[in-house]
Amino acid sequence: MGLPALLLLALCVASARGLYFHIGETEKRCFIEEIPDETMVIGNYRTQMWDKQKEVFLPSTPGLGMHVEVKDPEGKVVLSRQYGSEGRFTFTSHTPGDHQICLHSNSTRMALFAGGRLRVHLDIQVGEHTNNYPEIAAKDKLTELQLRARQLLDQVEQIQKEQDYQRYREERFRLISESTNQRVLWWSIAQTVILILTGIWQMRHLKSFFEAKKLV
Amino acid sequence: MGGVVPRSVSALPLLLLLLLLLQAERPRGAELTFELPDNAKQCFHEEVEQGVKFSLDYQVITGGHYDVDCFMKDPLGNTIYSETKKQYDSFTHKAEVKGVYQFCFSNEFSTFSHKTVYFDFQVGDEPPILPDMGNRVTALTQMESACVTIHEALKTVIDSQKHYRLREAQDRARAEDLNSRVSYWSIGETIALFVVSFSQVLLLKSFFTEKRPISRTVHS
Repeated sequence: MGLPALLLLALCVASARGLYFHIGETEKRCFIEEIPDETMVIGNYRTQMWDKQKEVFLPSTPGLGMHVEVKDPEGKVVLSRQYGSEGRFTFTSHTPGDHQICLHSNSTRMALFAGGRLRVHLDIQVGEHTNNYPEIAAKDKLTELQLRARQLLDQVEQIQKEQDYQRYREERFRLISESTNQRVLWWSIAQTVILILTGIWQMRHLKSFFEAKKLV
Repeated sequence: MGGVVPRSVSALPLLLLLLLLLQAERPRGAELTFELPDNAKQCFHEEVEQGVKFSLDYQVITGGHYDVDCFMKDPLGNTIYSETKKQYDSFTHKAEVKGVYQFCFSNEFSTFSHKTVYFDFQVGDEPPILPDMGNRVTALTQMESACVTIHEALKTVIDSQKHYRLREAQDRARAEDLNSRVSYWSIGETIALFVVSFSQVLLLKSFFTEKRPISRTVHS
């Protein structure tokens, strides 16, 4: 019975690795993922709270949750959910572009959070990195070589999606450039016309003014 | 994970061992794009083993003059990398000390432009897709080594696509900025044109209206 417990502990410790950062109590941290169409994104996070007495980060914080909000390029909310102190969120993009992933804590027990710091371990995987190859190998019963070939196919698929997205982006860029071109052209013409008209108005107005004053 | 309960007692440690191996083989590295408000500094930390090579590359995508300060500290507090006002850079280092390495991006020199920064922090080599692929005893077959070559080449393609995308995002941000600036400046100049021409006429008229009594005394 000791071995499973030991392995479970090792599992918990192993998942403690990864990039982490600190956020304040009411602070909201946003990350942007620029992704093509139909791409899956998996995010894993783990929080640790600062214990003021022991001056150390507690390994886990029951009762503390994080609110995860994901917005698509048009600003529409794709995912808005509360998770526990440890969570995993997944979403698939239906429009290509900048998706915004925001995290903030929903700490209701303000007293506990008086230290003000929360350590968040975060890991975001996009596209072909979301594939769990051992799982795929077990499910489809693939040999090692077939699994390698599957990985190559996934990579190529991601490259193709990225190429399509690139075409879409270049079209947007071209529209912006053409719009700038048009604006510069029309505003220059408009300003020259206004300048000439204002000049003519000025001369006529002053001429009639001086004629009225009998100076001309 | 909590759904299935294995029937035999001996299966549980095996399952946990497999899960442990899977966790251990998760790719170590993070690639994030985040917003850095003005006058702010944001730090990220990661634990690195001794002797492992890691690399950090970052790029500023939008905001201001597209530059950011970046510094990296080892677990002992020594600064191993420090650059100011860089648009993009790449830095590799071999970890001499085991511990938590921290790297920070600072926008403290800027008063009103918030920036979007992309960074890619890779630790060590890419782990194999199946846990036992790493402990091969025999050499790779031709097919397998061909697969490895193709995989590496595709990784290079994906990487260059990513850099192209970041560069394009930067250019597009500048183009959108230019587009809106053309509009605002044109409207502003038109307004200035009207204001200046009206005030010129009014000022000129005021010279000839007020100074009348003075001019009479001068003439007489």
